[in-house]
Order: sequence, then structure tokens, then C-alpha cells
Amino acid sequence: MEENITGSFAVKKGLAQMLKGGVIMDVVTPEHARIAEDAGAVAVMALERVPADIRAHGGVARMSDPELILKIMDAVSIPVMAKCRIGHFVEAQILEAIGVDYIDESEVLTPADEEHHIYKHAFKVPFVCGARNLGEALRRIGEGAAMIRTKGEAGTGDVVEAVRHARAVMGEIRRLQNLPDEEVMAFAKEIGAPYELVLETRKLGRLPVVNFAAGGIATPADAALMMQLGMDGVFVGSGIFKSGDPAKRAAAIVKAVTHYNDPKILAEVSRNLGEPMVGRQISAIPETELIAGRGW
Amino acid sequence: MRVGVLALQGDFIEHQTMLERLGVEVQQVRLPSHLEGLAGLIIPGGESTTIGKLAVDFGLLEPLREFGRERAIWGTCAGAIFLSKDVGRPQPLLQLMDISVQRNAFGRQVDSFETDLDISFMGREYNGRPFHAVFIRAPIIQKVYGNARALITLGDGRIVAAQQGKLLATSFHPELTGDDRFHRYFVELAR
Repeated sequence: MEENITGSFAVKKGLAQMLKGGVIMDVVTPEHARIAEDAGAVAVMALERVPADIRAHGGVARMSDPELILKIMDAVSIPVMAKCRIGHFVEAQILEAIGVDYIDESEVLTPADEEHHIYKHAFKVPFVCGARNLGEALRRIGEGAAMIRTKGEAGTGDVVEAVRHARAVMGEIRRLQNLPDEEVMAFAKEIGAPYELVLETRKLGRLPVVNFAAGGIATPADAALMMQLGMDGVFVGSGIFKSGDPAKRAAAIVKAVTHYNDPKILAEVSRNLGEPMVGRQISAIPETELIAGRGW
Repeated sequence: MRVGVLALQGDFIEHQTMLERLGVEVQQVRLPSHLEGLAGLIIPGGESTTIGKLAVDFGLLEPLREFGRERAIWGTCAGAIFLSKDVGRPQPLLQLMDISVQRNAFGRQVDSFETDLDISFMGREYNGRPFHAVFIRAPIIQKVYGNARALITLGDGRIVAAQQGKLLATSFHPELTGDDRFHRYFVELAR
């Protein structure tokens, strides 16, 4: 007895299950990380710039300096995630080597490969990937992603794309469940997803892994909206530390995710939060500056 | 019979599914009033710091302590941490069980693992075969004293399950497996 198995899919997917009903916050310093932990974050995403600043800064966005990530790992007891570029499996190897708890293969960074994502089954560390629809989500799971998030449109503070992506995934699952057996293969072909995962999704009535909302969430009401749309939890990027009172807003969003179905509590936690992040309306951003289209 | 799952954060739906499969009625608990009429409560896996903070913010700490003085509570992973007397760092705890816990005792996520455990303590009606357990950034029970007793130890002597009357703590996650023996054991405890 007691043959220990590490790095199994059950263990990778399991950590995401522990994060459910929680808020994962972007942090750029150990101090931010401690504020996030004290506010009740279930995990932090360690990075050099929040997406709003990546947008403003322009240029090539890469994996953060491992030194910064290690300092953030030292600062908190909760899981620490970090981002690598789409397809950049060496950045992922480096993040695994320093012991991050989850890797986000993220469209927020500049893609390193415009055809292929990382083969994530080859790693012991679990991965989360963004998706705009069911086909994209199941392709990522096929490659080994143990958690999915909506892409939304990061760094905007505009929730509209996250809503679009959540509705797309949930709507396609509802459609899939109503198909007769003989139409499932054509459905798999149409959305470009592995047949076995399509069958599993159909049976479960949900994605086979945990599915969080991300990309544009800035208020407790945004977070609760995504939960009521059927998401398992919420990532908040620029929305917290680009706001007037990060600690207060962070704690309010945590409470809103727990009590997402209780409007009285949502009203209470939404009071006096100070200035939200300014935000950018997505419809006013030129197509070439949008990042959700990255990923294949 | 109604059993609660603390639904502040974590994998409470997984526990709910296991209980419903056993024919138990389930109440999600987010506020003190949700504890009324429950025979027992499961505190799920999740982040113990988050669960602790939300329990404080919504006035659940004292009601949960009172509940645990008479009725059954089972904590898995974060739940076990929450039931303990101390964890060697300041964070809100129920302090109902005479156990000390060390968080993330096996390392980070890359060290999370699956293994088979001897659960012969449950007795013959639960079948002697090993229990396949999932440990995720798991804590260990460093010390068991007072009225608590160790139920399961690993080969190296580290304690991963303990019981004190109707209170049960496990470092691992029976709710992530298809094996309902721990849930059956707990339901009997709560009855």
C-alpha cells in the first residue's frame, strides 16, 4: 500500500475544485499579495503588470521575473499562480521548476506560437486556459488544461465579453444535451472539439473541469452576475488594484461570490467601495488591440 | 435526516452530491440561520483562510462552535484545519478538536498526491479494502491530544485522520472519489 502518485489529472483538477466559490486576484507585489490574502482571496496570480497596464504599456508581454513570483510565494499561504505565453512551454517549465501552484497559459501575454498551445499533460503542475466557447474549452482540456476560465477582455473593467463567453459555453452545453445521439459527432466536428470530451460534457451537463469567469470583472455585482450565469468562481485582474480602495473592494468581491444569490447582502457589500477602476468600453477599442482573439 | 454543507467557499457541491446519493437531504449553510434542524455539518475542502474570514464576517464562528459541541461535524482538508485548536499562524479557527495541524505539510501543488489508505478502523461493515485518497496541498495532523484520537497514519507515522466523539477531521478529500464509505461513516456518526 501507499504508492504515492503525483501530478495525476485528478490531483490537478482537484486543486481547481478547492478554489470553487472563490476569488483569484492579480497581484504585482508581495504587499498586494498579503492584501489579497487578508481580503479572503483563494489564490493570487503573480505578475509584473496587471492587464490594464500591459495594455497601456504595449510591447511584448512575457512571463514575469521568477524572483518576483518567488517573493510573492513567500509572502502568502494560499496558492500562487503565474502566467506564461501561449505555446511557450519553456516559460512553463521555468514556472514549474520554481514551484508555482497553477500556470495560466494566457492570451494576456503576447503569444509565442500562433498555431499550437502547450501540451499540458507533460507537466506535473496544473494549467488554466482561457476559452470563448465550448470548442475552445474542450480543445484546451484535450491538451491537458485542468481548469478553464472565460477570456473576457482583460484589463478593460468591461464585463460584456466575459458574459458573452460564459453564455456561449453554457448555451452550447444546453444545446448538446438536447441532441439525439446520432448528431453528437457532427456537433463535435462543428465546434472542433475531441469527441470523447464532448460525450463527457453531455453526460455531466457542464464542463468536465472547473470553469471560472475572467476578463473585465470590476465590482461585486459583476462577480455575482458571473456566478449566477453558472461560473464556479471569479478571477479579478486589474479591477482590484486599479480601484480607489483595493482592500475594501477585494473583500466585498469575496463576499459577493459566496452570497451571489442574496441581493440584500450584495447591496450591503456594494456600499461605499470608493472609485472603481476607470475602465475602457470594449466597443470603443480598435479590433487590433483586442486580446481575446489570441488562442487557437 | 438533514445534513448541512458549509457553503462559504470550496468543493461543497461535491460533498452535497455524495450525501444525496446516500439519500440524505442537504442544506447549504452560508448564514447562522441555515444551521437549524441539521443533524450534522460537513466543512469542505477549500482555502481555510477564506472560509475562516467569511465565517467571521457573517457571524458563523460562535454558532458553529455551539453546533459542534453537540452535533457531528466533519472537516476535509481546509475543514480539518478549521476544526483544529491551532495551526501555528494566526487565522480564525473553530478550535473544537484537540488537534494541532500543519498547513501545506507535503509541499506545494506539484507535491499533491493520490495514495491508498488503510481504513480498518471503520470496522467490517465498511469492507476492509483500502481507501483511495486524494491529497491536495494537504495538511497533516501534527498532534492529537485530550479527547481526540488518530484514525489513520501514513507509513512514516504522519496522522491524516482523527476523531473526537462526533467530530471528524481528514487531511484528504473523500468527496473527490467515487467511494462513499467516509460519507456513510459520517452519516452514521451524525444519526
